[in-house]
Amino acid sequence: MTRMIAWAGAAALLAAGTVTTSYAAALNDAQIAHIAYTAGNIDIAAAKQALAKSKNAKVRDFAQEMVRDHTAVNDKALALVKKLHVTPEDNPTSKSLMDGAAAAKKRLAALNGAAFDKAYAANEVAYHKTVNGALDKTLIPNAHNAELKSLLQTGLTLFREHQAHAEHLESALK
Amino acid sequence: MARFSIALAAGTGAMLLSLALSPTRATVAAPKTHTIVIDKLKFGPVPPGLHVGDTIQWLNKDLFRHTATARDGSFNVDLPAGARGVTKLTKAGTIAFFCRYHPGMTGQLVVSK
Ligand SMILES: [Cu+2]
Repeated sequence: MTRMIAWAGAAALLAAGTVTTSYAAALNDAQIAHIAYTAGNIDIAAAKQALAKSKNAKVRDFAQEMVRDHTAVNDKALALVKKLHVTPEDNPTSKSLMDGAAAAKKRLAALNGAAFDKAYAANEVAYHKTVNGALDKTLIPNAHNAELKSLLQTGLTLFREHQAHAEHLESALK
Repeated sequence: MARFSIALAAGTGAMLLSLALSPTRATVAAPKTHTIVIDKLKFGPVPPGLHVGDTIQWLNKDLFRHTATARDGSFNVDLPAGARGVTKLTKAGTIAFFCRYHPGMTGQLVVSK
């Protein structure tokens, strides 16, 4: 339940709802790049925690995929911001994502075995949903640079695939 | 010399022509290699006219590692980013395939005899 609350908080910040529209409209490319990069890094860190704790082959396979895919996108993002001479800029959305991730990490750290595996899979489903919503409704529509927009679109396709894979994993662990 | 080469050319021409027109020749087509490109988390179009004995070359142009895995278990090709792999078609029929990492990536091979 805390997981849902943590990510729901991040989602509320990220969604292009009535409250956040003015903030979302004010996001610049440097902030958008920072949010996307942070979102990837959070998932890599979560996967590393899973690789350190889980002995389940399916969970480990999934976690390895998360590290591999998000590293590939983030390497591309770093190369792009360098090329565009943009310095990713910290912002409240990135902070909110980081806070949610810290809470999830702490909660998962207390679990072991099958309980950890299930909680990790459930968290991955919820987290990818949150980021998908942010990419789709806030980050992509507000990105100015065409190359950044295109990379975010690749990121969205990837996050959607990961969400589907996480859902399969979650039901396989039931 | 000139006359000989003309005769030879004519002879060869006639032989090639008879080979081309012969019905058995047309049915035993040489095996082909067909390429399926993977990019942006999608399998590209599957070429038409696949036959038993042909080879599929999977070309992963994407940033990400994928697999080309048959639902019936008949093949499972690991495709790291930038890599290529091959599948030899050994049976006729429709074979559905997917990526083990990205469940939305799917396609099917329609193979005739
Ligand atoms: Cu894939």
